[in-house]
Amino acid sequence: MIMKNGETHISSFASLGIVLTVLLALTTISVLVTGWHLGPFSVAIALIIASIKVRTVLTYFMHVKFENLFLKLMITGVFVLYALVIIITFIDYYLR
Amino acid sequence: MSTQAIHSERIESETGKLGMWIFLFTELFLFGGLFLVYAVFRAKYSADFHTGAQELNTFIGTLNTVFLLVSSMTAAMSLTAIQKDKKNLAIFLLAMTILLAALFGMNKYFEWSHKFEFRLYPGSEVLKNLPHGELLFFGLYFMMTGLHAIHVLIGMILLSINIFKIKNGEVSSTHYLHLENSALYWHLVDLIWIFLFPLLYLIT
Repeated sequence: MIMKNGETHISSFASLGIVLTVLLALTTISVLVTGWHLGPFSVAIALIIASIKVRTVLTYFMHVKFENLFLKLMITGVFVLYALVIIITFIDYYLR
Repeated sequence: MSTQAIHSERIESETGKLGMWIFLFTELFLFGGLFLVYAVFRAKYSADFHTGAQELNTFIGTLNTVFLLVSSMTAAMSLTAIQKDKKNLAIFLLAMTILLAALFGMNKYFEWSHKFEFRLYPGSEVLKNLPHGELLFFGLYFMMTGLHAIHVLIGMILLSINIFKIKNGEVSSTHYLHLENSALYWHLVDLIWIFLFPLLYLIT
């Protein structure tokens, strides 16, 4: 959390409260969407909402927004790597 | 404290945090492997997974999601409090986090014991006689939520240690790496649940 000017970023209580509100709203949407019975789309929507939530937690609760570029790239890299693992597994699974 | 001392301390704190992140990456892949198994079997046995998920209580799942999200906020807030040198507030917020974690655990306990009453547990006769896909669903359910619950327990211990460290001054407004890393661990527990919840409870 040390920024370029050498100062540490301190998240305000209010901003953390807003982040929680957003997360709870997304959870509500996620539960409501399940009730609509959209078939295969409901999985996609649930996962998209979950990804937005994870990104929000990473950015604000885990302070990634205020981290240095190196750590940001590492975190992005790990998620990209995992996405590739999933994609490659499914390519293998469906083209077998 | 001299500028150089402050500088070297900052580097130490940065490297300490980098180490924590690298550990969190390994945790992500530990659960990631299970998510991958889940994804493949779900694609293969989607009807059975649907039937299996009907057995899970969406209300308990949603309530636990709320507990973990709020606890993640209080953990982040406790770091803000210690950075602002508000020790008592930081301790209170950590205690709140641990309480919410305990509520999560309690919910999980009731949920699991309810399953056990119906003889639904790994290796039980009832489970063995279920269709293959449902057996896989419950196997993954117990494995993933069980592994997650162990992480909740470890998180509770780590956060409790921080309360003592704040009390005896080892964690303060200038030295808070331990609290920062413990909070990161707690957020990871939250992150994993964010994916577990829709995948296990919200299947239609």
